[in-house]
Amino acid sequence: MSKHPLRTQKIAFFLLLVATLLIVVPVGLIVVVIIQKGWPAVNWQFLSEMPRQGMRAGGIFPAIVGTLYLVTGAILFALPIGLLAAVYLSEYAKDNILTRSIKLAIVNLAGVPSVVYGLFGLALFVVFFKFGASILSGSLTLGIMILPLIITASREALEAVPYSFREVSLSLGASKWQTIRHIVLPNAIPGIITGTILGLGRAAGETAPILFTVAAFYLPRLPQSVFDQAMALPYHLYVISTQVPNVDEKVRYGTALVLLSMVLFMNLVAIIIRYRFRKKKKW
Amino acid sequence: MLRKFKEFVIEKLILLCGIASVIFVALIFVFLLKEGLSVFKFVRIGEFLAGRSWYPISEPAQLGILPLILGSLWVTFGAAVISVPIGLGCAVYIAEIAPGRTKEVLKGGIELLAAIPSVVLGFIGMVTLVPLVKNVFHLSTGLTGLSGSIILAFMAMPTIVSIAEDALYAVPKSYKEGAFALGATHWQTIWRVLLPAASSGIVAAVMLGIGRVIGETMAVMMITGNSAVIPRGLLEPLRTLTATIAAEMGEAVVGSEHYFALFAIGIILFIISFAINVTADLFLHKHK
Repeated sequence: MSKHPLRTQKIAFFLLLVATLLIVVPVGLIVVVIIQKGWPAVNWQFLSEMPRQGMRAGGIFPAIVGTLYLVTGAILFALPIGLLAAVYLSEYAKDNILTRSIKLAIVNLAGVPSVVYGLFGLALFVVFFKFGASILSGSLTLGIMILPLIITASREALEAVPYSFREVSLSLGASKWQTIRHIVLPNAIPGIITGTILGLGRAAGETAPILFTVAAFYLPRLPQSVFDQAMALPYHLYVISTQVPNVDEKVRYGTALVLLSMVLFMNLVAIIIRYRFRKKKKW
Repeated sequence: MLRKFKEFVIEKLILLCGIASVIFVALIFVFLLKEGLSVFKFVRIGEFLAGRSWYPISEPAQLGILPLILGSLWVTFGAAVISVPIGLGCAVYIAEIAPGRTKEVLKGGIELLAAIPSVVLGFIGMVTLVPLVKNVFHLSTGLTGLSGSIILAFMAMPTIVSIAEDALYAVPKSYKEGAFALGATHWQTIWRVLLPAASSGIVAAVMLGIGRVIGETMAVMMITGNSAVIPRGLLEPLRTLTATIAAEMGEAVVGSEHYFALFAIGIILFIISFAINVTADLFLHKHK
C-alpha cells in the first residue's frame, strides 16, 4: 500500500482524465476542422455537378450517387440474410456445435480486414462469377462485410423481446413461425432498424472492399445498370488526396465533409431511434 | 396442409441464412487459398516469407514479403504503445470516474471516432499530422511509420475503450462494495480489485484493438509513405501488408504471379485475424 493513498488517487485520476482528453479532444478537432475548411466548398453545384478538369473542379455528384447505389445494394443483400440468421440464432438454435460454429463465424466475419473482403470480392464476384468490376460485385462484397453487424444487432433486438410474449402467443395456438412473424419481429423492429442504419453507415465509409470490385477512378456520368462501374465517395476522397496532384485543398475538405456528414448522419439517426425506443419500452 | 408446407419452407430458409455466416467464412478462405497458393509455383514458401526484396513487377519478379511483414509489425507496435495505455485509461475513466452526463458525452465521442471512415482519418493525417511529424523530427518526409502508428492508434482506441469498459461494468458490484467496506480508496479499488477482476475482458479488448490495427488499410496506405524496404524504425517510410494489397492489386494482371502473391498476403492477414478473433472470443466468454 502506498503511504499516501489519497494523493496517489489524485494523481491516478488526473492521468486517467488526461488519457480521456487525449482521445476526445483530437476527435472534436478533426470534426471541427473538416466542417470549418470543408463548408466553403459545399454548395449546390458541388453536390449536383459532374467533376471537371480532371476532378480539380466541378462537383462530386457521381460519387454521391455511386455510394448511394452501393449502400442500397449492400443492404438489400445483407438485411434479409442477416435478419433471418438472427431469427435462427435467437429462436431456433440449440446449444450445439452448429450454433457455436455460427457464432464463431460471425465473430470472424466481423474481424476480417476490409482489404481481404476486397480480395474476396475480386476473386469470387469479379473473376469467378464474371460480374466484372461492377456495382453488383461491390454491393455484394460490402453486404457480406456488414452482415455480422446486422446479425448481431438484430439478434440483440430479438432476444430483448420478453419470453412471456412468445408463451402467450404459443398458448393461443399460434405456430412458431406465426409467433415470430406477428409477435417477436414487430417488437424488435427499432433494434433491427438501428443495426441496419449502422450497417449503412459502415458500408458508405469503407474504401478497401470497393477498390477492386467496383470503384472507378474518374467516370463523369451516372451508372446505367448494376453491371457498370461507379465512382464512390470514399474512393474519390482517396483519389483526389493522393493520386491527383494540385487539387484545391477546399475540394478535398469539401469531399471529406460530405462523406463524414453522410456517415455521421446515419449514426445519429440510429442513436436517436435507439434512445427513443428505450424510453418507450413497455417491459 | 399448405400452411404447414409454407412454414416448413420458411424454417429451412431461416436455417440456411443461419449458416450463411459459416458459408461466407469458408468461401473467403477457400477463394483466398485458391488464388493465393498458386504463388508457390513460382517461389518457395521460405523465400516468400523471409525474402528481403519485394519487386513484384521486375523480371524475374522478386516476391519476398519480409519488408512488408516488418512494416506491419512496426506500425502495429507503435499504435499499440500509444493506444493501449490511453484507451484503457479512458475506459477506466468512463466506467468509474466520469459523472452521469459527462459519461454519456464521452461515450458519444468514442462512438463518433469509431464512425469516422478510415479514408477521412487518412486524409486528416496527411494534411495535419504528416507535416507536423516532418517538422518535429526534422525529416525529409513526414510520411513515416510514426504518422501511421498515431492515426492507427485512434482507430484502435474505440475498440479498446468500449470492450474494456464493458468488462469493467461486468464486474459484480459486490466486489467494489467489499473493497470500500475494507477502507480502500476508490483508486485502490480500481487498481487492485476491478482491473484484476476484469482482466480477461481487458486482454480481449487489447487483442481486438490490435487486430483492428493490423487489418487497417486506407489510412495506413495514405500516410506511411509506402516504401517496401526493410524498416529500421518508425521514423522512416514503410509499407504494410494491407497497403501493399490495396496499392498494387489494381495494376496486377489477373492470373499473374504478382496477383497470386497479393492473394497469398491476404491468406496471411486472414489467418492472423482469425487467430486474434478466436482467442479474444475465448477471453470474452471465459466466465460464462
